[in-house]
Amino acid sequence: MSDAIIAEGLVKRYGEVTALDELSFSVPQGTVLALLGPNGAGKTTTVRVLTTLLRPDAGRGIVAGHDVVGDARRLRAKIGLSGQYAAVDEHLTGAENLEMVGRLYHLGARRSRARARELLERFDLTGAADRPVKGYSGGMRRRIDLAGALVADPPVLFLDEPTTGLDPRARTALWDTISELVSGGSTLLLTTQYMEEADHLADQILVVDHGRAIARGTADELKDQVGGNRIELTVTDAAELDTARETLAWVAVGAMRTVPESLRLTVPVTDGAEALRQVLGRLADAGVRVRDAGLRRPTLDDVYLTLTGHRAPGSGTDSDPEPGTDPEPGTDPEPGTDPESGTDPRAQEANR
Amino acid sequence: MNAITLPIADGWTIAKRNTLKIRRQPDLLSGALMLPIVLILLFAYVFGSVIDVPGMSYKEFLLPGIFVQAVIIGAQTTGYTLTLDLQKGIFDRFRSLPMAPSAVLIGQTVSDLLMNLASLVVMAGMGLVVGWRVHTSPYEAALGFALLLAFAYAFSWFTATVALALRTPENFNNIATMVSFPLMFVSNAFLDSSNLPTPLRVVADWNPVSAFTQAARELFGNTSTAMTTSDAWPIQHAVPASLLWIVVILVVFVPLATRLYKQAVSA
Repeated sequence: MSDAIIAEGLVKRYGEVTALDELSFSVPQGTVLALLGPNGAGKTTTVRVLTTLLRPDAGRGIVAGHDVVGDARRLRAKIGLSGQYAAVDEHLTGAENLEMVGRLYHLGARRSRARARELLERFDLTGAADRPVKGYSGGMRRRIDLAGALVADPPVLFLDEPTTGLDPRARTALWDTISELVSGGSTLLLTTQYMEEADHLADQILVVDHGRAIARGTADELKDQVGGNRIELTVTDAAELDTARETLAWVAVGAMRTVPESLRLTVPVTDGAEALRQVLGRLADAGVRVRDAGLRRPTLDDVYLTLTGHRAPGSGTDSDPEPGTDPEPGTDPEPGTDPESGTDPRAQEANR
Repeated sequence: MNAITLPIADGWTIAKRNTLKIRRQPDLLSGALMLPIVLILLFAYVFGSVIDVPGMSYKEFLLPGIFVQAVIIGAQTTGYTLTLDLQKGIFDRFRSLPMAPSAVLIGQTVSDLLMNLASLVVMAGMGLVVGWRVHTSPYEAALGFALLLAFAYAFSWFTATVALALRTPENFNNIATMVSFPLMFVSNAFLDSSNLPTPLRVVADWNPVSAFTQAARELFGNTSTAMTTSDAWPIQHAVPASLLWIVVILVVFVPLATRLYKQAVSA
């Protein structure tokens, strides 16, 4: 058994809305797969199907060798799930929460207690162990929830948007924790809206949109798939931005992105240095004063936009509700606003 | 563990969790214990000063009725707590664990039973203070309390069913109030229902609250031969009628609540 997770033609419909549209993929044992996609792409539905919370309308799911429908009870003994919002009891202390989960995995009283202490220490929550979770910060809640998924030391882990809603510092800390976890040989399926997160944590990335897989590969492979380089220019005033756009239309191999606020223009090109030289010459001829110019490889953000953004013209990357499965209160649906992804949210706005 | 021991073991884990939760919310606990005291004082002294029942003190007549009323209110904790948990992610966690799915409802109803027990103890103590007395053997009195607790447990499954159908705490509270008040007042709990106009009297005679109240009165000895009681079967055979009610409620609402729980959490 080399694949810890197998999804075969998974279909899930909510009335008119098709949340999963014959989604198929597999995750080799001991590796990390990130499901990357906008809100409503079907990421959460996929996790809910594979963790037996939701029955697929069609298709098959096999996790740790057990069928999600036919063998749910034994499957559950092999998995750990941590959701989008912390599934812990507010009134119970951190230790009590973990102990309860241990008892429900049937570890027995003594082992549950020992395991709870162990995890609290590992997640740096020893000081808060005997305080009700109610008083925990957002980052602490995520950690205790993640610890809950690890109580039985399951071979397969599911983390559904583990860092959504966290501040950058707490997110980086959680990344370190997750990296450490999977270095121990667990298989992990992770969902995220953040390219940076997928890049950082996953061996393989599966880009999903409208319940379908639209690309799969390592971060580098996906970047290659989008191809070419990006020229980034900063001009001196807003009028020049339009002039630059018109002047450079011939060289662009895809949609240009402008950010009026920072007077920035991004132009996808095929050949790097030569294109840059030509672009600067043309702009000088047109009288555009270029303040800054540079060449860069496509980021995952570009990948994401190229693969999903153009597929649904007119709809944003954060549209398409997923009924009942994507509540995400108070979370940020716009990937570009992630302070750590190093991109400007307005870049996407301008592209629509 | 097999199909029988697993739900019991897991149900016990969940019940312990709920008991801890109740302990962490002193306002909830004191509310649950204060309300019956307030009810006893209110009814005993307000109604008690204007209502006469032949052959006995109104307080003795009243207390079994208050017990039943408190059970009806106390059992609503089950439904209310479930609607609160439904709003959170905790049921997802439970469902991803290799536990018995029925354990969630078993645990909830068991912990609420413990809370109802505490409330009954407080009420009995308060009853003794205001002049209520048991006139039967300890065995019969114990049977009386056991019957009330069994009703509390069964009624918890009813409120769980309502809650899982409605799913939000607001909706649940509205409906619970609308259902429980007629249930409590169109009965013999506070008044001699034989004085009611015929349609209401028939409803009161067959209202389960009347059967439980009458059963409690008999088992505690809070009855008087000077008082006329209804000829209706559930009142004449209050203890078997009550037991029958418990069985019927459990047989109908345990499977129904279990099914609705599955639907509510897999949406």
